[in-house]
Amino acid sequence: MNFSRSMVLVSSDPESVRRGADEIYALFEKEIAARDMEGEISISRLTDTGRPDAAPIVVIYPEAVVYGPVNAENVKEIVEEHLYKGRVAEHLLAPTRELSGRIGWLKTRKGTLPAEKRIVLRRAGRIDPENIEEYIAEDGYQALAKALTGMKATEVIDVLKESGLQGRGGAGFPTGLKWSFVAGTQSEKKYVVCNADESEPGTFKDRVILEGDPLAIIEAMTIAGYAVGADEGFVYVRGEYKLAQNRLENAVKQAREYGLLGKNIMDTAFSFDIHIHSGAGAYICGEETALLESIEGKRGEPRSRPPYPTTEGLWGKPTLVNNVETLANVPPILLNGGQWYRQFGTPSSPGTKVYTILGNVNFTGLIEVPMGITLREVVNIYGQGMKDGATFKLAQTGGSSGSVIPASLQDTPMDFESFRKAGVSLGSGALLICDENTCVVDLALVLQKFFKFESCGKCTPCRVGTGRIHEILTGIVEGRGTLKDMENLDYLVDSLTRISNCGLGQTASVPINDVLKYFRPELEAHIKLGVCPCGVCPMSAPVKEPAAVA
Amino acid sequence: MTLIEKYPQEVKQILARYPQDQKRSAVMPLLYLAQRENGFVHRRDMKDIGAMLDITETDVASLVGFYSLYHDEPAGRLRIQVCTDLSCALRGADDFLAALCESLGVEPGGTTPDGLVTVEPVMCLAACDKAPLFQVQTGAGLEYHERMTIEKTLEWIESRKEAAS
Repeated sequence: MNFSRSMVLVSSDPESVRRGADEIYALFEKEIAARDMEGEISISRLTDTGRPDAAPIVVIYPEAVVYGPVNAENVKEIVEEHLYKGRVAEHLLAPTRELSGRIGWLKTRKGTLPAEKRIVLRRAGRIDPENIEEYIAEDGYQALAKALTGMKATEVIDVLKESGLQGRGGAGFPTGLKWSFVAGTQSEKKYVVCNADESEPGTFKDRVILEGDPLAIIEAMTIAGYAVGADEGFVYVRGEYKLAQNRLENAVKQAREYGLLGKNIMDTAFSFDIHIHSGAGAYICGEETALLESIEGKRGEPRSRPPYPTTEGLWGKPTLVNNVETLANVPPILLNGGQWYRQFGTPSSPGTKVYTILGNVNFTGLIEVPMGITLREVVNIYGQGMKDGATFKLAQTGGSSGSVIPASLQDTPMDFESFRKAGVSLGSGALLICDENTCVVDLALVLQKFFKFESCGKCTPCRVGTGRIHEILTGIVEGRGTLKDMENLDYLVDSLTRISNCGLGQTASVPINDVLKYFRPELEAHIKLGVCPCGVCPMSAPVKEPAAVA
Repeated sequence: MTLIEKYPQEVKQILARYPQDQKRSAVMPLLYLAQRENGFVHRRDMKDIGAMLDITETDVASLVGFYSLYHDEPAGRLRIQVCTDLSCALRGADDFLAALCESLGVEPGGTTPDGLVTVEPVMCLAACDKAPLFQVQTGAGLEYHERMTIEKTLEWIESRKEAAS
């Protein structure tokens, strides 16, 4: 999707289609093309408007004007008046008094265009990722030059603090603050580590960044090295990401040739070099202390904290560990300033977020949008509606360890703060959308299979707890569940969350906890009634036959 | 032939990446090197790596056991790894795996009698929007095969069979 000044959404629920929505969509394309505005205006389909009486509906952003019912003759006028002359065609507006329910959300976003905004992915797919000259031609290395020649290390950190950038690995820790911790620790040797061990099922945003724009990470790490006083860095890349590894290796090689890595970068006193370290298939290594253990050549088992890596990290030295997407935000922030970054997203979570959209929607793939858009927008606009016209049931944000978001929370703005307030977490950026045919118990079982396999086995609550939850859920889907199981699940969730050593165990309980919280009746139906309401689980326990009448 | 005799350049480069007093850190890249040719790490290479880095053979073996991309026994020449995590399961990866195993006549994790194909379920391969998919470990690296069907997969296996013979 291009940068668009306007966005046209045409409803495409079955009722709208029956009343000619497809024709209207085609006419919009034609009329917009006739005025050479294709580059400025994007057209998408919108489903699930909940307003069959006003169908077909046409919504135009950023004004959030809702037209309806629209017929083929109106299209030319809407394009002419609204899109070309910028005047709302009042007499074609949908009756506002009746606008309520599911379409009501559109009005609340008036004035903001939830269109894509590419900061992190601005170069991915546009430049040759194996050619440093193309990177440099597209603003590459300007941020580093600005930092090295005109800014003190503390000033670099101040800009990051001002921008409000938060870690994009899932926890949302303020990046500037983390940098200042490492900068403030006295040591002769410090390290910068990029966490590219993206293993959360459903997340592949970092892969796209690494493969599409590897030098952005190399430049950002170099800037980080300057800001915190480190002279060496490691990129820890997932073992499965061979292409990303090759491109990073190549990027490092080219940067060295151009004098952008190594001794006296850009003829200053600053020296910095980067190595690539490949993981080997262990989910736990995405946890930062397990990752450091792994670089040190050990089993990836998390350390006890404190001390945190910022004071005692790789080989005992102060270490800055940042996620790929976090780092990719650094050069543009440095170039354009902290205030520039704050114009995107929400006040508590500025900037953009890269999401992967998956599951039962019509479009699956990758988007980068300002923080604070809602799940409903993601499903209707970017996901182009639920597949086969089904109803949205739940979404899981952030991969296996992410929250299970019920339909009642789908209008919560997606930023760290709003989600925290709603008692759920945003996680790393995977948005798995599930429809009404998805059984939550089955879903929880698949997730738990993953944790049982990936638990590193170091601490007992996680090693035993993930296995026990899996066992109990298996019993429930096979029709052997008892009410005691519910109690046991509550207990296990609580102990996993509170006494596991690291984030894996603490968050393994998140989805199952949400299932217990939002979908308890469905779980109980499996146990008490012996039925799977969605007809997914085998429930093969023998059904008690009523006693035969003699 | 020891690892250092076989790949003198690579071993030197790997060792140079890590601090002198932290040689053990080189163990993961060295294991990849040992695995390059045959798709699994031989016992004598583990011993060899241990000696090079001043750690025990047991230490090396425990890493091979911990990380799922290292293997300590040979598998089929084509190691087909199918992702069955939640997002892939929603797009039919489970059915795909079951059908593939059935048509090849193997259990998940098993190898065909001719030693050509091993099929195994694995965790997230980070191409969730393109399921069902599998990756194949080859000497040169990893190949992804996305949006697969049984027919396409069997066709591909046939073509590899022909190429090999």
